[in-house]
Amino acid sequence: MTTTPASLPASSTPGRPMPSGPSPAPVPASSTPGRPVPSGPSPAPVQRRPINPERYPRTHLPSAAAQAGPAQGEARRNLAKVRREDVLRAVGAASAAVALTAWLFSQILPARGALSFVVVAYLLFLGLFVALIALDADRMTVWDRVAGVVIHSAAVVLLLALAVVVVFTLARGSEAFKHLNFWSDDMSLAGPLDPLTMGGMAHAAVGTLIMIAFALAISIPLGLTCAIFLAEFPSPFARLVRTVVEAMTALPSIICGLFIYATYVLAFGLDKSAFAASLAITIMILPIIVRSADVVLRLVPATLKEASLSTGASRWRTIWHVVLPTAKSGLTTAIVLGTARGIGETSPVLLTAGYTTYFNFNPFSGPMVSLPFATFTLVKSPTPSQVARGFGAAAVLMVMVFALFWIARKLGGKGAGVLTPRGERRAREASARDAGRFASRGLRQAVADFEDAQRSAGFPGGLPADPPGWRTAQDSGGPQ
Amino acid sequence: MRTGGSVGRVRIRADGRVLVRIYAIGPRGVSMTESDLSAPALAPSQGPVAASMLDERPRRLKGGIGAADRIFRYGAHGSGLVVLVLMTLVGLFLAIRGAEAIRAAGGAFLTEQDWEPDSGRFGVAAVLFGTISIAVIAIAVALPLALGTATYISEYAPPGIKSFLVGVVDLMAAIPSVVYGLWGMFWLEGNLLPVARWISAHFGWIPIFRVDRFDPDDPLATPTVFTASAALAGLVVAMMVAPIACSVMREVFAQAPVGEREGALALGASKWGMIRSVVYPFGRGGIIGGTMLGLGRALGETIAVYMVISPIFVINWEILSTGTNSISSLIALRHGEASNFALSALMAAGLVLFAVTMVVNFGAGIIIQRSRSGESS
Repeated sequence: MTTTPASLPASSTPGRPMPSGPSPAPVPASSTPGRPVPSGPSPAPVQRRPINPERYPRTHLPSAAAQAGPAQGEARRNLAKVRREDVLRAVGAASAAVALTAWLFSQILPARGALSFVVVAYLLFLGLFVALIALDADRMTVWDRVAGVVIHSAAVVLLLALAVVVVFTLARGSEAFKHLNFWSDDMSLAGPLDPLTMGGMAHAAVGTLIMIAFALAISIPLGLTCAIFLAEFPSPFARLVRTVVEAMTALPSIICGLFIYATYVLAFGLDKSAFAASLAITIMILPIIVRSADVVLRLVPATLKEASLSTGASRWRTIWHVVLPTAKSGLTTAIVLGTARGIGETSPVLLTAGYTTYFNFNPFSGPMVSLPFATFTLVKSPTPSQVARGFGAAAVLMVMVFALFWIARKLGGKGAGVLTPRGERRAREASARDAGRFASRGLRQAVADFEDAQRSAGFPGGLPADPPGWRTAQDSGGPQ
Repeated sequence: MRTGGSVGRVRIRADGRVLVRIYAIGPRGVSMTESDLSAPALAPSQGPVAASMLDERPRRLKGGIGAADRIFRYGAHGSGLVVLVLMTLVGLFLAIRGAEAIRAAGGAFLTEQDWEPDSGRFGVAAVLFGTISIAVIAIAVALPLALGTATYISEYAPPGIKSFLVGVVDLMAAIPSVVYGLWGMFWLEGNLLPVARWISAHFGWIPIFRVDRFDPDDPLATPTVFTASAALAGLVVAMMVAPIACSVMREVFAQAPVGEREGALALGASKWGMIRSVVYPFGRGGIIGGTMLGLGRALGETIAVYMVISPIFVINWEILSTGTNSISSLIALRHGEASNFALSALMAAGLVLFAVTMVVNFGAGIIIQRSRSGESS
C-alpha cells in the first residue's frame, strides 16, 4: 500500500482496539497483486486527498466518552418480577406445611430429628404450593412456579451449606486466634495440654509463605513463558505441550507429592524439606497457571498485535509492550488463583515437608510445616486445645485465601484489553504524548523528507519541476 | 540506472476535472503521460502506461529476526519444552515405578481387595470402588445443587446481588479442602447420624441404604455403625465440587443468546419453559462438562476424604455404614511406612487414579468444546 508519512502514527494507543470498528480495509485494487488489473490508469491517486498537513488523519485520541472495548452483544433485559400473589401463596403454603408437619410428627408419624422434619415439611410445602396455584392457573403456570421454587431452594441450600462451612470454621477458630500469642509464637514450648494462651501458629504461617514463595518463584516465570509460547508460537509442538498440560491439570495433588517424595526424598536421598514441598506445589499449580494464562493470552485481539508488528516492532517488543499489558488483569487472576490453590493444598506437603513445632526459616533442611498440614495434624489430637489450634490455623488459612481471592477480583476479571478508568486515562495520556511528539517533528518536514528520499531513491536526476497547482501524490512500485 | 519506479501527480481543477501525470522510469529515461481521469472512458492506448504504473508484483518481504527476538523465541520454546518434560516425567515415572508392582501382581491387581504389598497380596478393587462410590455420591448430591444454584444466579437472581453471588460461589471453589474436611469431621458427622439412621430405618428396603449391623427395631441399637461412611465422605466432597460445577454451568448459561430467550418468551413460554427450551439445551455442554470437572476433582480429593473416613480394604456396598476408602487416602495413609516395593504398589494405585481422572477430565474438555456454547472458548 501507499506509504504516506501520516499513516505512521496510527497505532499509538496500546491496549485499546481501534475505535473505528473493525480494522480498516485496505484499498482494494492497488494492493491485491493477484487480481486482474482493469485497463486504464489506477483510480488510486484520485482517492487521495492532496497533501494538506492540517487535514491529514491524526493519531486518534479517544475521548473519555468514547465507547471502549469489544462490541457488546445484546443486553439482557431484567425480566425478574415478584408477584404479590406468589409471595402470599409461598408464605401460606410454608406456614401450612410447617404446621402440618408438626402435627404429623407429634401425633401420627413415629419419626423424629430436625432434618427429617425439614425434609417432610419441604415436600408438604411443595405439594401445598402446587395445590394453591392449581386453584386458579393452568398446568404450565404450575410447572413454572414449582420450578422456580425448586431452583430457589437449591440455591438456598448450597449457599447456606457453604456459609455454615465458613462460619463454623471461623467460630471454632476464634477460640484460638483471639489470643495474640497465636499470631506470634510457635509450638515449641506449648504441649498438647497447655492452654491456648501458650503457643501459636506463626511457624506454620511462615512455612506456608516460604513454600508458596518458592513455588511461585519457579512457576510464575516458567508458567508465563510457557503460556506465551503456547499462545504466540502455534505449532504442532505447541499443541502437544498444550495437550499434556491440560492432561496434567487432572493430576491429583497427592500424586505430585508422591512423585517428589519418591524422587527428591527417596531416590536422591535428600531430606524432607520446605523446598521439596515447594517443588510438589509447583508441579501441582504449574499446569493450572499455564492453562488459564494461555486462555487469557489467546483472547488478546490479533489486530493489536498486528498493529504493533506493522510499526516494525519485533516479536519480543510486541509481546512485552502490547500482549502482556493487554492481558495483565487476566494473567494476574490466573496467578492469584493458582496461588490460592497452592496455599490450601495439604497432600503435597503431607508427603514432602514433615511436621515440626518450631520456627524453621531454612527451606533446604529440616522439616517445615504449613497451615493446612498443621490443621490436619492438630485436629487429630484428642485434646481440645490442640483441636482449637487446628481450627485457628484453618481460619487463618481461609482468611489468606479470601484475601488472595479478593485481590484477584479487584485486579482481574476483566477481558483482554478492557481497561479500568485509570488505565484508560493513562492510555489517553500516552496517546496525547505520542501525538505531541509527532506534531513537534513537523508534518511538513516529514513530507519534505519523504519526497527527498523518494527522489533520491528512484529518480537520480530528479523529476521535472512541478508546475504550479500540481502535487506529488503517489509512489507505486519503487526501485527494485 | 535503476528502473521500475513511478510517481504520479494529480491536479484537481476548479471545473472539477482531475488530471493525472505519471512519470515512469524506463530503460530510456523518464517518461511522462498525462490523462484526464474524469473523462468517462479511458482509451485503450493508455493501457500499457497504466499497467506499468500498477506494476505491483508481490515483493519478497525479508524480515530479519533480531538477536533479542531470536533469544526470546528460543526461550519461549525452551520453557515449553521444560514444562513438557516435567509433566511427562511425572507420568512416566509413575508408569515405570508402578509397572513393577503391576507386573508382580498381574491381573489380580484389579480384582484383589486387600492391600498388603509386602506379602504379595494387593489390588485396587476395594480402594477403586471406594473412590468411585464417594465420587458418585458427591456428584449425585452436587449436580442438582449446582444446577439449581447456577440457574438461580443466571436467571432468577436480582441484578443487584448477582455479581455478589458469582463472587461467593467462585470463592467457595477456592476454599482449601482441609476446611471442608474439618467441617465434615466436626459438624457434619454428628448431624448426619440421625439422618442416616432415619434413612436406613425407613428406606432400608433400597439395597444401598440397608445397613445389616443396624436393627431399627432395637431401641438400644448404637448409631455408631453410621459414622465415617461413604455417604459422609461423599457429602463433604459434594460441598467441595458443587461450587466448581456451579461456576462452569453459570458461565455457560449466561451466554445463552438473548434473541433466543426473548423469542421463546415471545412465543408464550413461561420462564421455566424458556429455561428448559433455550438455556438448558444451549448450556448442555456446560452442564455435562462442569459435572465431569467436578467428578474429576472428587476422584482425586485426598485430605477431606482422609479426615472423615475410616479406611477398610473390602468392598462395602452399604454407603451409610462405617468404612470406605479411596486411592488418594490410601497413598496418604501408607506412604510413610512403605518399603520400596510397597511404594511401587502405591505408585501403581496412583497411576490408576491418574488414568481415571485424566479420562474424566479429557471427556469434560471434549464435551465442553464440542457443545454449541463452548465454540467460543
